[in-house]
Amino acid sequence: MLQAEKYPARLRRRPPVMTHLFALGPEASAAIVLSLRVSFWAMLCSLPFALATAVILARCRFWGKSLFDGVVHLPLVLPPVVTGYVLLLLFGHNGPLGRLFATIGVVFAFRWTGAALAAAVTAFPLMVRAIRLSLEAIDRRLEEAAATLGANRTLVFLAVTLPLTAPGILAGMVLSFARSLGEFGATITFVSNIPGETRTIPLAIYTLTQTPGGDPAALRLSAIAVLLSLLALVLSELFARRLSRRLSGD
Amino acid sequence: MLEVEFTHILGGFTLDIAFSSGGGVTALFGRSGAGKTSVVHAIAGLLRPRRGRIAINGAVLVDTENRIFVPAHKRRIGYVFQEGRLFPHLTVRQNLLFGSWFAARATNAASRARFDDVTALLGIDHLLARRPRRLSGGEIQRVAIGRALLAAPRLLLMDEPLASLDATRKDEILPYLERLRDHGRIPIVYVSHAATEVARLATTIVLIADGRVQAVGPVAEIMGQAGLYPLAGGFDAGAVLVARIVAHDPRWDLSELEGGFGRLVVGRIDLPVGSQLRVRILARDVIIAGERPASVSSLNVLTATVEKLVAVGAEAVEVELRAGTDRLLARITRRSQQTLGLVPGRRVFALIKAIAVERRSLGHDATTDFAADAQIFEG
Repeated sequence: MLQAEKYPARLRRRPPVMTHLFALGPEASAAIVLSLRVSFWAMLCSLPFALATAVILARCRFWGKSLFDGVVHLPLVLPPVVTGYVLLLLFGHNGPLGRLFATIGVVFAFRWTGAALAAAVTAFPLMVRAIRLSLEAIDRRLEEAAATLGANRTLVFLAVTLPLTAPGILAGMVLSFARSLGEFGATITFVSNIPGETRTIPLAIYTLTQTPGGDPAALRLSAIAVLLSLLALVLSELFARRLSRRLSGD
Repeated sequence: MLEVEFTHILGGFTLDIAFSSGGGVTALFGRSGAGKTSVVHAIAGLLRPRRGRIAINGAVLVDTENRIFVPAHKRRIGYVFQEGRLFPHLTVRQNLLFGSWFAARATNAASRARFDDVTALLGIDHLLARRPRRLSGGEIQRVAIGRALLAAPRLLLMDEPLASLDATRKDEILPYLERLRDHGRIPIVYVSHAATEVARLATTIVLIADGRVQAVGPVAEIMGQAGLYPLAGGFDAGAVLVARIVAHDPRWDLSELEGGFGRLVVGRIDLPVGSQLRVRILARDVIIAGERPASVSSLNVLTATVEKLVAVGAEAVEVELRAGTDRLLARITRRSQQTLGLVPGRRVFALIKAIAVERRSLGHDATTDFAADAQIFEG
């Protein structure tokens, strides 16, 4: 079993309800809270980039588009360990981008921010795909109609395209969140397995299975993981249904 | 004043269009695939012609020689699409106001008044809170017209706005279009392949076939021409007459009309004496007699002169007749033409059955006053 002394001081100071979330013990609750935080930020920060990428892929024609499309989808087919290793090389302490971000005070290496970055990168293609499909399903003649009513391209995008893409954006966000909750390979390669900092639910489960007598705790955490994923999917389904009802006017 | 003159190539199809038109309704008339929609797309700015010039009231929208192309959103041209194209995520009210969000032209109070005017004119006041999916086809088109009007356009384009509707819905919308025309503030370009709509609504007809303008002129003149059939597609040829109601005959439930052609008795029309009407008389409903018939069931016998004969198909001939100051069109067999010895200049009698004048073919003329208009909608 993991020892409480190993945890950073700020975790130990938390009120009992938080540290012993659902009576799971401090390690497990820390992993859950961390996972939710990592997934949330991964989803939120990748959203604008995913939206822009989806618009480029759905609407623009340019030389090298298939290559761009391939690069965007790479994290989907690459072994996550490779993604993590590439991130380590780029965003590590000595990586070119890592040094660049360090100048503005953002450090990824061995921090929870790095876990969020790894999650964002691996979930990125899923988010782009969902938004792109939704964009491509839009009746572009509605955009023409908006133009004849005096809306320029930006306003057409904001007033017609974006609201009609909303279900796809939502689906993309949920997919990204769910994928981030499950991120393992890239995270452990990039930011290691630091309790309270980068040990998300999958990493905690892995650690528990490697620890003698950790099986019951691993099982409990696995159950939590299942519940969380299910909850995300059900919520997204609810939102999507409400949204599509609003959009189609029922 | 709308001036259109351009050439464009679409696939293997060449468009070579030139016409100009004034106020009222300019109907682009022709069969499907003749290039009518491309013409309105070019006017709206949704199609960039290869070469040409388009101007409205002197303001140049397209001039390829001087590299001018005003984008669609800066043209202030309303467009009513065949399928309505209402925004599904907005309510009817939001759809109607869409144009005014981007056009900060009118003050709030002024635009409010206009909003009420438009919704009343189109009879859509009770639909404002609904979403497009909850509307019938006819309601969708009325909202689409309102949406285009409320963007304060200087020209209104309508591309087959009735094509996707059944006959009942068409009859529901046509009076609103007539009202719009007779209010007369915004010129309308109306695309249609339906002769009945064009006969009822158009002030000017631009006949388009195979990507070219074949004829331009006032509605009565173009519709009264023999031999349009092969150009405009398989429609029922028929002349358009402007007439005034001079008397009602309650005993036989008939009404008497008077116009440049003489007098015409038709089935009773529920409009006051003095109302001005448009009447379309189909060529196949006109019988030609060489001498004044002594006793026939037809109530109308008009004196006319043969002006022109055009062979239509193998067996039929279309005869252009001048009756008074108006033109009539008759379709007869070549054999009858031979028997009667019809040649241009020959004096004949045109027989028109009172019953043949369909209620549906009766439209209001531009000079009809608004009070008379209102009655027919309520009736």
